[in-house]
Amino acid sequence: MNFDDLIGHIGQHTVDGLSKGAIYALIALGYTLVYGVLRLINFAHSEVFMVGTFAVLGVWTALGVENNPPIGQAILFLLIGFVVAAIASGGTALAIERIAYRPLRRKNAPPLIFLITAIGVSLILVEVFGLLLPDLLGKAIPSMFGRARQIVGMPTIIQQETLFTIGNTQITNVQVIVVVSALVMMALLDWFINKTRYGRGVRAVAQNPETAALMGVNQERVIMLIFVLGGIMAGAAALLWSMRFGITQNSIGFVLGLKAFTAAVLGGIGNLRGALLGGLVLGVVEVYGATLFSSQWEDVIAFVILIVILMFRPTGLLGESLGRARA
Amino acid sequence: MIDKLRDANARRATAMAGFGDRMRALPKWQRMLGVAALIAFLYYLPLLGIPGLTWLRTDSIEGGSNWAGVLFTCAVYVLVAIGLNVVIGLAGLLDLGYIGFFAIGAYSVGLFGSLNSPVVKWFQQQFDLPPTWAVTWAVCAILALVLTMISGVLLGWPTLRLRGDYLAIVTMGFGEIIRIIARNAVGVTNGPQGLSAIPGPEGPPSADNEVFGLIDVKPWYWLAITFVLVMVFAVRRLEHSRVGRAWLAVREDEDAAAVMGVYPFKFKLWAFAIGAALGGLSGLLFASRYAFIDPTQFNVNLSILFVAMVVVGGSGNMVGVSLGAVLLAYLPERFREIADYRWLAFGLAMVLVMILRPQGLVPSRRRTRELRDRAAEVKEAPAHV
Repeated sequence: MNFDDLIGHIGQHTVDGLSKGAIYALIALGYTLVYGVLRLINFAHSEVFMVGTFAVLGVWTALGVENNPPIGQAILFLLIGFVVAAIASGGTALAIERIAYRPLRRKNAPPLIFLITAIGVSLILVEVFGLLLPDLLGKAIPSMFGRARQIVGMPTIIQQETLFTIGNTQITNVQVIVVVSALVMMALLDWFINKTRYGRGVRAVAQNPETAALMGVNQERVIMLIFVLGGIMAGAAALLWSMRFGITQNSIGFVLGLKAFTAAVLGGIGNLRGALLGGLVLGVVEVYGATLFSSQWEDVIAFVILIVILMFRPTGLLGESLGRARA
Repeated sequence: MIDKLRDANARRATAMAGFGDRMRALPKWQRMLGVAALIAFLYYLPLLGIPGLTWLRTDSIEGGSNWAGVLFTCAVYVLVAIGLNVVIGLAGLLDLGYIGFFAIGAYSVGLFGSLNSPVVKWFQQQFDLPPTWAVTWAVCAILALVLTMISGVLLGWPTLRLRGDYLAIVTMGFGEIIRIIARNAVGVTNGPQGLSAIPGPEGPPSADNEVFGLIDVKPWYWLAITFVLVMVFAVRRLEHSRVGRAWLAVREDEDAAAVMGVYPFKFKLWAFAIGAALGGLSGLLFASRYAFIDPTQFNVNLSILFVAMVVVGGSGNMVGVSLGAVLLAYLPERFREIADYRWLAFGLAMVLVMILRPQGLVPSRRRTRELRDRAAEVKEAPAHV
């Protein structure tokens, strides 16, 4: 138990936790959107994120990005990375919906069948990116060649530097970018769901699918929309992850996905703002816990939080439901 | 293409169902004779030498065949599948952390039976026992059963009140927690170094062991298949008892079952505990046979493999899940050249089976009917699609 470190550097740990939690929150949105509309845990969403990181790796390699480019180029690379990751992740999410979930929905399959299918899809994606792609793309992406199922490094786009210091808390430029971009993405999504015509359709289907259908909302289109939106958010998370940590691996999605799911449940699954809150809280608690005990217990903390939340407050901090999200 | 597959599927399903009905229609003594012949065949299997089928490469003996070793793996996986089938197939609870119970079973024989384990050393110091002292295998086996059952109840008590899909994720977290504890609690489990010299029924592994040695795997297979047969019998009795009917009722409609006086939580907990005990037993066999365990052997992929065995084979049907287990254990060993792609193949198999044939290869009749009912409900109310 390392209380001194925790109390002495509480500001630093909070900042670290927030910048970690912002990425969880972005991924959590994907779970929350799909759950809010379909009451379905999209287990394969973690792999949507994983595909995003590989898309970033691919496009940066194709552009010949080197370590620490000048600032103008860096911004350009980040923007291109975001667009490509969003397309890749959104496309993957949409493909999963069309190929795996839609046939099951038509048969009115029980929830467990969906879950098992999702696990299968997730396994397929993990293996395709771990095994097939290193062989196929080995020449195009040298850092992946011969590294089946291993960690692949990426160029550093922005060197971590301390931007400003408050007390003994150092805040780096990368942390600021991560948190600010995550907040912007979430504000955009919140606006989209609450203020636009399409968003109204999403909320309507979430509240009552049958009535929404009677009112002329095209359910299938809404379902496609939420998968794509969740995918785009995962793509953004993938870009921020690549920028912050500079590595990826085919199995990266598993633990991150579980944590993002925990974040979604913590905030109240189906609730967009809950996902943000849950992600940030989880990130901070995790860093606190890792400081208190030791970083090797970090993953256990998230699972224990998940179990405790589900036992005592299964609707999460802000309550479930996309339809009735405080709009 | 898909339609053609469906047709073939339907034809095969009728043929299979016909087989089951014909079996049931036979007089009892003939059925018994059939079962006895099957059991005798199962014991004879490792001595069999069908070219192609039994050609299994081994790395431990030059030019040797690992047929018995693979049979042992199959038997252990069948035991896992039977246990998981109680949880998934009968009670309808998706458990993605079954590897946790498997690991607890393996670690109970490792921690209490191995002379290298910190726990055994601690006991020796505390009670002035000779340095050769360790808990005997038979006691370890009972310990494994008890510990896994307790952990099943401990996990189930808070989580079984949750909805099905939450339960799946929480159990998955449980499996990971067990692995992380095994890795991090170095003082108790030896951490990443693992535990070696795990005993078998004859005591610590050594070349002098007459029956359960390191090289000849046949006795291990016979031991495993004995466990399997006993457990098949036990689970079969359970399935056709009041408890089994309660499980089916809870699986098909929890509220209706509760109204009829079946307390769902109690029976779910039972299913969890029994499933956990079977998982522990298979973990015990696994650890004893290989005499060595370390935390990396219990990763989440195996949990998914276990679920795949059950759902591909046909959850709810013991013949089905056993077939699933044997297929998923045997095929990667037989086709080692492409064994690297086995996880990809498992994933594909899971998705295809779920979309085309959610009841599995050898379906349980009740489960098939249930799924058909649900599909029919959609047709009656097309607005719902």
